[in-house]
Amino acid sequence: MSAPTSSGGPDTAAADTLTRRATERDRSEREAGQRRRRRLVVGYVPMVLLALFFLFPLVFMFVSSLKPDAQILSDVDSPQAFLPTGDISLDNYTGVFERVPVARFILNSVLVTTLIVGLGLVVNSMAGFALSRLEWRGRKVLLTVIIATLIVPFETIAIPMVYWVSKLPTLVFENGVPMYDFGWLNSYHVQIVPFIANAFSIFLFTQYFSTIPKSIDEAARIDGAGWFTIYRRIIVPLSGPAFATVAILTFLPAWNQYLWPLMVVQQEDLRPVMVGMQYFFQINPAWGEVMAYTSLITVPVLVMFLAFQRAFVSSIASSGVKG
Amino acid sequence: MSRKSFTGMLVIAAASATALAACGQAGQSDGSGDGGGGDGGTTELTMWTHSAGNPAELEVYEQIISDFNESQDEYEVVMESFPQGAYNDAVVAGAAAGDLPCLLDMDGPIVPNWAWAGYIQPLGLDTAITDALLPTAVGRYQDEIYSAGYWDAALSVFARQSVLEENGIRVPTVDEPWTRDEFDAALVTLQGAGYATPLDIGAEDTGEWWPYAYSPMLQSAGGDLIDRDSFLTADGALNGPEAVEFFEWFQSLFERGLASDAGTIGNEEFNNDEVALSYTGVWNAMGSLDAVGDDLLILPPPDFGEGPKIGGASWQWGISADCSAADGAREYLEFSFQPEYIAQFADRQVVIPATAEAEELSEMFGEGDPLQPFVELSQEFALERPPTPAYPVISSVFERAAKDIMNGADVQSTLDQAVTEIDTNIESNDGYGF
Amino acid sequence: MTVPAQQITPHSLPDDDAPSLRTRRRARSAREGHRSAYWMVTPATILLVLFLIVPVLLAFGLSFTNARLISPNPPRFVGLDNFVRAFTADPTFVRSLVNTFVFAAVVVPLQSALALFMAILVNQKLRGVTWFRVIFFVPVVTSIVVISVLWDFMYQRDGLVNSILDTLTFGAVQGTNWLGNTDTALGSIIVLSIWQAVGFHMIIWLSGLQTIPEELYEAARMDGASAWQQFTSVTWPGLRSTMVFILVTITIQALGLFVQIDVMTQGGPLDSTTTLVYHAVQQGYRRQETGYGAAISLIFFVIVLVVALIQRWLTRDKD
Repeated sequence: MSAPTSSGGPDTAAADTLTRRATERDRSEREAGQRRRRRLVVGYVPMVLLALFFLFPLVFMFVSSLKPDAQILSDVDSPQAFLPTGDISLDNYTGVFERVPVARFILNSVLVTTLIVGLGLVVNSMAGFALSRLEWRGRKVLLTVIIATLIVPFETIAIPMVYWVSKLPTLVFENGVPMYDFGWLNSYHVQIVPFIANAFSIFLFTQYFSTIPKSIDEAARIDGAGWFTIYRRIIVPLSGPAFATVAILTFLPAWNQYLWPLMVVQQEDLRPVMVGMQYFFQINPAWGEVMAYTSLITVPVLVMFLAFQRAFVSSIASSGVKG
Repeated sequence: MSRKSFTGMLVIAAASATALAACGQAGQSDGSGDGGGGDGGTTELTMWTHSAGNPAELEVYEQIISDFNESQDEYEVVMESFPQGAYNDAVVAGAAAGDLPCLLDMDGPIVPNWAWAGYIQPLGLDTAITDALLPTAVGRYQDEIYSAGYWDAALSVFARQSVLEENGIRVPTVDEPWTRDEFDAALVTLQGAGYATPLDIGAEDTGEWWPYAYSPMLQSAGGDLIDRDSFLTADGALNGPEAVEFFEWFQSLFERGLASDAGTIGNEEFNNDEVALSYTGVWNAMGSLDAVGDDLLILPPPDFGEGPKIGGASWQWGISADCSAADGAREYLEFSFQPEYIAQFADRQVVIPATAEAEELSEMFGEGDPLQPFVELSQEFALERPPTPAYPVISSVFERAAKDIMNGADVQSTLDQAVTEIDTNIESNDGYGF
Repeated sequence: MTVPAQQITPHSLPDDDAPSLRTRRRARSAREGHRSAYWMVTPATILLVLFLIVPVLLAFGLSFTNARLISPNPPRFVGLDNFVRAFTADPTFVRSLVNTFVFAAVVVPLQSALALFMAILVNQKLRGVTWFRVIFFVPVVTSIVVISVLWDFMYQRDGLVNSILDTLTFGAVQGTNWLGNTDTALGSIIVLSIWQAVGFHMIIWLSGLQTIPEELYEAARMDGASAWQQFTSVTWPGLRSTMVFILVTITIQALGLFVQIDVMTQGGPLDSTTTLVYHAVQQGYRRQETGYGAAISLIFFVIVLVVALIQRWLTRDKD
């Protein structure tokens, strides 16, 4: 809103007008300043309060990871729970490394996660392309079936799934000769392959691709391009945000896999990070080491998120998730 | 990121996965561990333990395995360890997939279930070995031995001598334990003396701890988890008048604030003198000895009528039914039951050694050693949980019923419901072979 | 003052179909489209059939048998026995059903409203607002297992939550053993579940907010609309499709509640936190009654499907 215009008559002295204008400007600036301050207060206070609410458990986790078990328990009824005070050391971290092959677990998780995300982007985006941009018989039915599968929680099919993957054929090399064997347990692929195709990812790709005008395809067809070329040379390059969104959304559950590797992986060398949590729950849980280990496996994800957050937020925003 | 470099990354990731998988398999030509014969002359025996995350225990196993592998060249034992919380799931999944190792360890009470299901075969060790073990360190089903262990654990009541004396509470003995009323009165006195919650009974824990810790109390009161004559019904045992009376007392402990489920797992509260008595296991004894010193008393659990009872049977070893090199597995197990090894397990983990010879070698459980009282407690009072294939179901039903009672549920109807659930399950399994 | 409730789709341009000339070409391209489409959906379809449809069908098949997880006896066909048992002889199943609905009924509106509020906050043009977006999102990227273990620890009677309450209220509020009390256990799990997941839905709302063109707000302000009027007449209509998406995803997520229960309460105290998925796993796995567990899963699928269809119908495009 602008300050009211001065309504001095033609005879008013110039100096007078200037003074008055100056005072008015002062007042309006003061008012504007007050409004700005009020806006800042109204804007920041709830955000700061919410930030405290979202951060306090994680601060507690990091701080506790530096303390001995007894002190963690005795500090919880004072603000010291959030302060690195008292007997601070990295002992818990040393303990973690003695108990769990941390580096190997992280490496395994990185591999499994990379392949699930990477292969998932290819497989699901191709499906999304066919479902959104091509007209073919069975399209509607398949799309409905895929959306319906979103409701299946993994826990409820885990047991039949173990039985089923243990019967699947697998390629083995015996002295360099390829042969078939049965059973997928105890491997990397049993942790990867079942999670590549993802109904939610297909759904997001389908949504995003259908917002790109079909006239582009027509033009490319006239130039003699095949459908795969259109997908690869036109649609994929235009869909960066959708790929980023799907990558992040499939990354999280893959990194956090827990129940499935527990059931299908027997060799310690092949286990992912989340299974390591169980190592600290012996007869008496080692709380300090639990906190240290959870910090260790959460930090890589947080760092990655911090590094990519701008791209991430804007990618979800521009992927225009729709119902 | 350009697509090209992304594809490149995928290729690299896939390649390293293959390479890592290969390393993982290295030295383990036959990962399935059914003891398939190798052509180099040595047969591989895979063994699974529940001990991942427990370096003290793993070290002893590594020692035994390397000694055994060097002592002969027919067999080579390879160990794979799992975290305890996930171990049974892994075995069940392995069995469903027909992929169990030759040697596997298992918690005592589950032995009949796995024997009935055909996961494991009769152990067939030299009887000289199994006869020398504590009776609760041997797992039986239908009069056949299926498993044997190096140690057992035992529960007791920890107290401070000075605290009992100050409050004029009699120190109980093995011959003259506290009666229920004495125990109850002691708790009330201690509450009056300023202990907000006088007893740490361990109710914050979950899972197998519940039947392990509280079903012996029920047995001491004259009840049980199941009718041990027929193994076909829990009726009368779990919901009879003795059981109801016991559980009403159990419930009142929490109502009167004498015990609570709000603590932290472990023995910190006792060591810090926040509780006066702690119902806990031998494995916490060294920690409390450090914290309390000579003042520490290791007392028998109270007598609820039928004499004190302590849950017996801990982790034991068995041989899978499909093991094609069972002789090798037996050879390994017989080798492993040497007194030095058993004593090492006992001292590293603070558990009771399963043979008298090992007891003497032990630095904690021998004559005059600080934890010797546990040996006596275990010998006098240990009682195994019911050896029936229904046990996993009984355990889960019992845990829920006891927790519900702790939280104020009506005792009789909760126990009746538990009996119905157990009996339905037994019936639908055609009596589990009884 | 009315502002047309426009449906805004990013990148949407008119699809300029030129009618007559291209018809023949289109027919050919449609045939090719068929072929290309089939092989492009094939990998995903095969994988979904192998690792989703087959296990689901196996589970369905098991639900009509008395299959055991561990048993030397082969499974028998028992017809609808398992379903009858669930509704007539299993009080815990009924409790699970009720708890699951209560959880969803509280979490769906609360979480979506809080997420929208947060999205509006972090959509302000203020310095450092990105940092708040990041902070609000941090719990989402933390494993739910880790979070459950952490909150389990904090909810204890002598735990962090009670000591904070005590400090903030100067001792006026005496906390309880949150997860051990039938009155507070489910509520405690609701709080932690919202805490964990709300950041994700905040980002989705934010994406919706950012697709609403600034001109609409300017026009509204010219008409003298207050902040609240701007919200009801510009923001909310512009968020319609986002709202549908959020509703559906939160509902599915809420109905599938499992990990928190498994780690923190195991369904107790007195069944006050048991849920359908937890009960299915408990029966099918821990109690080894695979057939019965599968039957509970099947009931669960049907319920979620019905809820999803109802939501779909309620939020359908009326035009």
